Amino acid sequence: MTTQAPRIVTSRVGLPDSFTLERYLATGGYEGLRKALSMAPADVAAEVNKASLLGRGGAGFPAGRKWSMLRKATTTYLVVNGDESEPATFKDHMLIERDPHQIIEGTAIAAYATGVELAFIYCRGEFALGLERLQQACNEAYEHGALGAEVLGSGYALDIVIHPGAGAYICGEETALLESLEGKRGFPRIKPPFFPAAVGLYGEPTVVNNVETVSNLPWIIAHGGDGFTALGEGSSTGTRLFALSGRVEHPGWFEIEMSKTTFRDLIYDPSLGGGIPGGKNLRAFIPGGVSAPWFGPDQLDLGLNQDAVGQAGSMLGSGSVVVMDSDTCPVRAAWRIARFFYRESCGQCTPCREGSGWIEKIMHRLEQGLGREEDIDLVLDACDNLSPGLAWPPKQTTICVFGPSIPSAIVSVAKMFRDELLVHVKEGSCPFPPDTVRRG
Amino acid sequence: MAHLSSDNRQMAEALVACYPKRRFALLPLCHLAQAQDGWLTEEAMEDIAGLLGCTPAEVRGTATFYDMLHTEPVGRHVVTVCTNIACMLAGAYELLDHAEASLGISVGQTTADGEFTLEEAECLAGCDNAPCVQVNHRFFGPLDPDGFDALTEDLRSRRLAETVPAHGILSRIERSVGLPARAARTGAEAGQQSVSATGPAAGAVPE
Repeated sequence: MTTQAPRIVTSRVGLPDSFTLERYLATGGYEGLRKALSMAPADVAAEVNKASLLGRGGAGFPAGRKWSMLRKATTTYLVVNGDESEPATFKDHMLIERDPHQIIEGTAIAAYATGVELAFIYCRGEFALGLERLQQACNEAYEHGALGAEVLGSGYALDIVIHPGAGAYICGEETALLESLEGKRGFPRIKPPFFPAAVGLYGEPTVVNNVETVSNLPWIIAHGGDGFTALGEGSSTGTRLFALSGRVEHPGWFEIEMSKTTFRDLIYDPSLGGGIPGGKNLRAFIPGGVSAPWFGPDQLDLGLNQDAVGQAGSMLGSGSVVVMDSDTCPVRAAWRIARFFYRESCGQCTPCREGSGWIEKIMHRLEQGLGREEDIDLVLDACDNLSPGLAWPPKQTTICVFGPSIPSAIVSVAKMFRDELLVHVKEGSCPFPPDTVRRG
Repeated sequence: MAHLSSDNRQMAEALVACYPKRRFALLPLCHLAQAQDGWLTEEAMEDIAGLLGCTPAEVRGTATFYDMLHTEPVGRHVVTVCTNIACMLAGAYELLDHAEASLGISVGQTTADGEFTLEEAECLAGCDNAPCVQVNHRFFGPLDPDGFDALTEDLRSRRLAETVPAHGILSRIERSVGLPARAARTGAEAGQQSVSATGPAAGAVPE
């Protein structure tokens, strides 16, 4: 069931003019920043720590702790990651287009708390409308005095620059994003140093936060960290945006109180996903982006809680849930995910650059009915090169976590749908119907 | 003779001024050049290198990493059909097959009249409107084959010229200020380009 939790990040996105400064100010906009500026930066950070806001980008690292790792130095940067490209994730895209001022305000709060005077919002290049809305909001914020030499007359000075990406999935990885922001190829950096807080943008200490993460800050400061922890359960506090897609009646984003709602609610509740079209059965679902291992119908009653999903062997990741019904060919789905990784591998590390191609190739011939039974072991062997032991959380043989994310879908199919794989081999063709467009 | 127009060179300087080092403005300048020409020409990359103080090879080496930057000519409308998981489940491959047949070209090709270049995209974050398509990075969807044909017809007849600007143009809203906070700190007048052209306030950015 859904709860009566307040909408924290989507309170105004339903309004037709939600992206304008006028609407933003009329709905409490920039009050969180005003309050933050009346507090000491350390107290702002403490409030966010109290909220125990988990990063909404995919890794789920506590935002407050990320800030506290920042080495005190003369120059520090804040980078807001709006390069949303994890397949089936579209929540940041919505926030950027519909509530850009909330992102500007959240960025300003985070910058004030961390003592940053120059912040960058890295917006995915494909979001042309989003870039226009963000730039417009940024310009308006300067005019309104919420940015610039005297932020709301406080004496605090902050500049924000909207930076466009240019089309590369890997730039969502925070160190690749920093390389990209330096005008280079988006190659993830070798770790250690593990965190940009030590060596980040332009070699300086840097905090990287996700768009949805900073969008929570105006509310947290206005209502207090306690108000946020009153929602959710355990370490999964507040609300969170979930992006639901695939074979559901109502694909879309939903802001949901953490922990209190289950995957079953998300997929079947009439006010949320509305169930599977045609009353078909659920075959499987991906609980948190294509890097996450799949779940079957037996996991539907799991709560939307980061720890619970982790213990069950997958992750909430980017908060995107993909639904596959009884007509969905699981082999085709896994092949398409493998193809995505093959196309987007940055090419730095051999296991990923070469492995992704082999995995795609083998999965493709299996799906086409041209594979052999031994191909199942062969593809798992290729996966094992990327992530030895094929365990969860995955081990890593590459610079970043992109490579070890590739096996998730493949191992899921091999474990959950071995029979279906074998039917492809035996019949020499795919036994499932093609994916067709819904007319009308 | 510079390839970028004098207006665009001025715009390039304003963009460069937003970054602690000139080189860091490489991607925004590539977008600027692509907005001027529709694609990233050899001459533009040479210009950008000159503006940033790097070599044209560095510009090309970076640009070719990114899907949105085209170092070969493209059509007036770059149509990208997403076929990633959510769109695939909504029939994106059927839509892509239709697009190829309807336009008479394969993925990666441009129609003879220069109207359309067809591309297959990875997830465009439009999964609530699957299958989704972008034209010059403006979203359309969910689209069925008939909807696709209606869209291309509208594009051909320029009925969508307002919502779909020429390829390469991303934000039509320009930044209205320089870095006034930084300018105030360095004691100069806010918004003056000369301030940021001298480099970062802290002056401690390593190469």
